[in-house]
Amino acid sequence: MLRELNQLRNERKKYLESFASTEKTVSMAFASIHVPNFLVQAIMRAEPNLCDRAVALVDGAPPIWNVVAANEAALRSGIELGMAKSQVVQFRNVEIRQRSRLQEKSAHAALLDLGASVSPRMEDTALDTIILDIAGLSSMFGSEENIATQLMRRASGLGLAAHVAVSSNPEAALQAARGFSGITLIPPGEESKRLGGLPVRALLPSTEILETLERWGVRNCAALAALPLLQLSERLGQEGVRLHELARGASLRSIVLAEPAVHFEEEMVLDFAVAELEPLAFLLGRLLDQLCARLEARALAACAIRLRFDLEDSFEKDFQVLDDKSPRLAAKTYEKVLGLPIPMRNSKMLLKLLRLQLQADPPHASIVKITLAAEPAHPRAAQGGLFLPSCPDPEKLELTISRLANLVGNSNIGSPELVDTHRPGEFRMSRFVPASDESKILQKREVVATAHPCEEDTSTSRGAATAFRIFRPEVQVKVELQDGCPARIYFRGMRGKIVAASGPWRISGDWWREDTWQQDEWEVDIRFDSSASSRNERTSSPSALDGLYRIYYDSIRAAWFARGRYD
Amino acid sequence: MAVNLATLRSKVELALTGRVAAPFTYRDRHAVETVSTGIAEIDSLAGGLPRGALTEIFGPACSGRTSLLLSALAARTAQAEACALIDGCDAFDPHSAKAAGVELKQLLWVRCRNIDQTLRATDLLLQGGGFGFIALDLGDMSAKLLRHVPLDAWFRFRRAVEDTPTILVVLEPESNAKTCASLVLRMEAEPARWSTTLDTRASYFFRYPSSWLFDGFGIRAELLHSRMHSSAPNGFKKHFDSAGRSETFETNAMPGYLSAARIEPAPK
Repeated sequence: MLRELNQLRNERKKYLESFASTEKTVSMAFASIHVPNFLVQAIMRAEPNLCDRAVALVDGAPPIWNVVAANEAALRSGIELGMAKSQVVQFRNVEIRQRSRLQEKSAHAALLDLGASVSPRMEDTALDTIILDIAGLSSMFGSEENIATQLMRRASGLGLAAHVAVSSNPEAALQAARGFSGITLIPPGEESKRLGGLPVRALLPSTEILETLERWGVRNCAALAALPLLQLSERLGQEGVRLHELARGASLRSIVLAEPAVHFEEEMVLDFAVAELEPLAFLLGRLLDQLCARLEARALAACAIRLRFDLEDSFEKDFQVLDDKSPRLAAKTYEKVLGLPIPMRNSKMLLKLLRLQLQADPPHASIVKITLAAEPAHPRAAQGGLFLPSCPDPEKLELTISRLANLVGNSNIGSPELVDTHRPGEFRMSRFVPASDESKILQKREVVATAHPCEEDTSTSRGAATAFRIFRPEVQVKVELQDGCPARIYFRGMRGKIVAASGPWRISGDWWREDTWQQDEWEVDIRFDSSASSRNERTSSPSALDGLYRIYYDSIRAAWFARGRYD
Repeated sequence: MAVNLATLRSKVELALTGRVAAPFTYRDRHAVETVSTGIAEIDSLAGGLPRGALTEIFGPACSGRTSLLLSALAARTAQAEACALIDGCDAFDPHSAKAAGVELKQLLWVRCRNIDQTLRATDLLLQGGGFGFIALDLGDMSAKLLRHVPLDAWFRFRRAVEDTPTILVVLEPESNAKTCASLVLRMEAEPARWSTTLDTRASYFFRYPSSWLFDGFGIRAELLHSRMHSSAPNGFKKHFDSAGRSETFETNAMPGYLSAARIEPAPK
């Protein structure tokens, strides 16, 4: 009894110690992610080949274009913010791009996805900055350093080079992320010391206050934090107090929680219109990579991809419109929905499927803008059964079906489905989705086993069903009657004698529709005349075609047709 | 000497690592798994359809090739296997297949317009993999046209299904795959069976055609070629290397399909 009590005490002690250590590890509970030079990075995310080039972004109302952002390499080359585009053109090694708000929107959405991939409690602080509440994540990711490393790695996967700072209060984490590159960990109580080296400008004061502080000789946060609070308040007001708190890392506030929208869309405006599939596939590949990375960050997959192209006005299109007797405006957009049988986020596979769709139905004009949106769904989580029959991998099957559809046409591939009508030969094609539910398959097998209890397999000696092969389209034939019964037939240039006949079996239907039908069907056993010369090269020998056929007299068309033959 | 052989063997194995799993392990290519065709007579004749091999079923029109194919499809789809039919002549009748017991949802039907499309579609399906049964229906194509299909196409198909659980069945008017086929069956129809409600001596077809009903016909299947040790469905082992054996089985007309579409015979 005493031993058990001691054991319980030890366990409790261990638990409390572990709890205390957990408390210690989560003491720094906020992480801030900042994307420096966000405008340039948003462009680089869409064009990864610009990473090692000097890039300057211009913006403004034409013809006045000024530099609004530039990367380090461009600044080293002599580019300055506010410089006119005509001046920038002089720098041969600097790539000039126009600022893209669409790309910035996408990059910001990716940043939110990055945050949501780690913590559900997130503040959307600015276009280039977010703050995460990382309290309680140590059991999942480990220490704060591990969390920060994970965030850096995931940001890199989304095409963003981010700075990450972890601190016990959100403002300190925010200032550190904006001010220091890489990963910054600020232990509790050291905020003032670590932030001291930051320039006052990093606290984003108003221009007037910044000038005042510069006149006072206050250049960094340490100098600002050393100022007496009361006197600072008298001279700079509440703004001064706020800056003082920020400089000391003592600002306490709650984060404003943001709910990132489950909306995955990537857009790209093209400088030059694209007409060919190869360069288009290259661009689609980039967008799909971004889209899939975002989906992966949120642990989601796409169940459908919506593709939208804004098209350039073309001469041919104008000509077509003018030529038309009832002119109507041709659509300036091209839209396509790629439905997926199972959710997937493999960008290469999605690109292949999109390419096949575009090959089958290409846009009729050059493309100036691409929009790709993914309909999110939870990814497939399935484990193959040990006793299941072989079944194509759904992703590979979709690709194979798309390729086949490209070859034979969309309407010529799928699973046949019978329709509720008596019209002969009616069916419709539906999407081929083989059974994959293990329980249903096993249940079905049980039903089959019950139906054939004595046989291991489905072999039967009761006789197989007689199969019928259809002529598509039906073949018009000439029939000679004897006492109202078919006696001779002329079929594909051959003459045949009917040795047995069964019928007529009158069938009719759909009298209320325009395509009403009324037929007298016969089953006839034909022996073709072997001496007759065959005019049709499909037939090698007339006697090889002897057999049982189904023919019918169409009362509406007043003609005889062969529907098919038994085989 | 023994040491040298062992060293040599290990060197060869090392060189082939990643390309060949076990270079010195004997693999019996003739021992293949077979499955039922759904017709007991054919199973006893040929031991079933071999997996990972090409089976050729040929014969003239109305010789029962399609009946055998539908029976095999019904057996495979009943086991929930994914099946595919590449229809070179667009002659497949879903109603007939349903009446034969084919689970249409488990069947991928590819309707082709010419031989080129048909062969390319077969290539794509075989490369895609995962299907338990793939049927290539060239039954209504001209024998002359099929003779021009290059032999390498049949080799390619055979190689593509080798070492996979896929059954590849080809329906043709004549045998063309030659040695690429592991099993070759020739089909031939026997006279059709008719039944009548009248006295057969007093009645003949052209007098009272509406009193006659088509019942089905017999089909004679001849085993022309087989190269397999069969582990047949019911477990017995046979070695089928003798050609010329044949079996006959009966087919039945499809009452469900026909009666669904028919009304009373028209009065004369």
